[in-house]
Amino acid sequence: MSIWEYANPVRFMRLTDRVLPIVAGLAALALALGLVWGFFFTPDDYKQGSTVKILYIHVPAATMAVSAWFMMLVTSLIWLVRRHHVSALSAKAAAPVGMVFTLIGLITGAIWGQPMWGTWWAWDPRLTSFLILFLFYLGYMALWEAIEDSDMAADLTAVLCIVGSVFAFLSRYAVNFWNQGLHQGASLSLDKKEHVSDVFWQPLVISIGGFGLLFVALVLARTRTEIRLRRASALMARERRVA
Amino acid sequence: MMALLLRDLRLAFRSGGGFGLALAFFLLVAVLVPLGVGPDGATLGRIAPGILWVGALLSCLLSLDRVFALDYEDGSLDLLAASPMPMEGVVAVKALAHWLVTGLPLTALSPLLALMLNLPPGGFLWLLATLLVGTPALSIIGAFGAALVVGIKRGGLLLSLLVLPLYVPTLIFGAEVVRRGALGMSVATPMVLLAAVTLGSLATLPFAAAAAIRISLR
Repeated sequence: MSIWEYANPVRFMRLTDRVLPIVAGLAALALALGLVWGFFFTPDDYKQGSTVKILYIHVPAATMAVSAWFMMLVTSLIWLVRRHHVSALSAKAAAPVGMVFTLIGLITGAIWGQPMWGTWWAWDPRLTSFLILFLFYLGYMALWEAIEDSDMAADLTAVLCIVGSVFAFLSRYAVNFWNQGLHQGASLSLDKKEHVSDVFWQPLVISIGGFGLLFVALVLARTRTEIRLRRASALMARERRVA
Repeated sequence: MMALLLRDLRLAFRSGGGFGLALAFFLLVAVLVPLGVGPDGATLGRIAPGILWVGALLSCLLSLDRVFALDYEDGSLDLLAASPMPMEGVVAVKALAHWLVTGLPLTALSPLLALMLNLPPGGFLWLLATLLVGTPALSIIGAFGAALVVGIKRGGLLLSLLVLPLYVPTLIFGAEVVRRGALGMSVATPMVLLAAVTLGSLATLPFAAAAAIRISLR
């Protein structure tokens, strides 16, 4: 019994058929709990007032935007090494989800920045590196779309994902050079004592969990769609050969 | 390898539209920006490092789709793949040829444009130095991008979407060195990082680009 068993599309479909509703349900539960708790049952920040509550969308979306790219990197590597189609398709399925999370992070950040910093947009290192990440997602998706042969597309996008990861990482630290930040430090961290206060922290962790589960659910659903699409086109190709 | 380099250089010089075009484009960028920003010398001097670096970036991008696409279309890339020369070497040579016909002339032309853009005198040396160190990275990163889209018809626009984000670190460090140099500040750290990006790209990207070409030729 190993995880590689689920590289078999039939096994993957059978498993996810059962798992997907559970994950989606848990995601809805965690999101509802985290967001309702965050929006209605936490005190206002003493400086930021109620605007601080956008935190419960902004931080989880941003966390998942980066995690999604990391997941694509891992599944791309698995595809290149072990040639499991499910792996490549899950990377393809994750890209638009990650892109939307990046966009949510940017937009909620702008909405939050307007009252707090007095500007919708600042060329702050974090904001800039997120914009660059967004461009990486666009390029990755465009390359998938541009290549007709699906195995070739999977190979080339995997190579792009690996090289892109290195350069995205470089850019993340390069922008620090170029401008001092307006953005606050990490809201959560494992090694530091100082982060947001406990009243904000608990609903935040729950909504991060909710966004994580939402991401898993969306990627599973999209991967299932991709597998079905692959099957359908294989069937159509066979029909044409017979006719 | 030498033969391939000479062949690429000859093609670039004789086929027209490749060699001079990037330089003319670079010149155009340097002319258009003052037209858009206004002729104020102090403003231009302050943004000159950025303009020149962005201009160099875009000019490099312009000729990238020719690096592999023509050879792919007429089949020479298949011959090169079948030759005893490793594909990594082919990529490196082609990137070198691209650099010799774009990066190097751009570097040589840059002081003139910097003069026109009123770059402070302290920045000239660093502009030359950063372009000399940074443009090889632009060529090899571009060659990688060109290798990714080699099998795609009309991949030009896609190429810029793929390559420009990869240019970000080089641009940041390069322009930062010139900016600091123009202000008379210490440039050691960004300069070292710029060189690191170039050397790292030169060491690794030929392998990634060769892998992409092998996939496209499959």
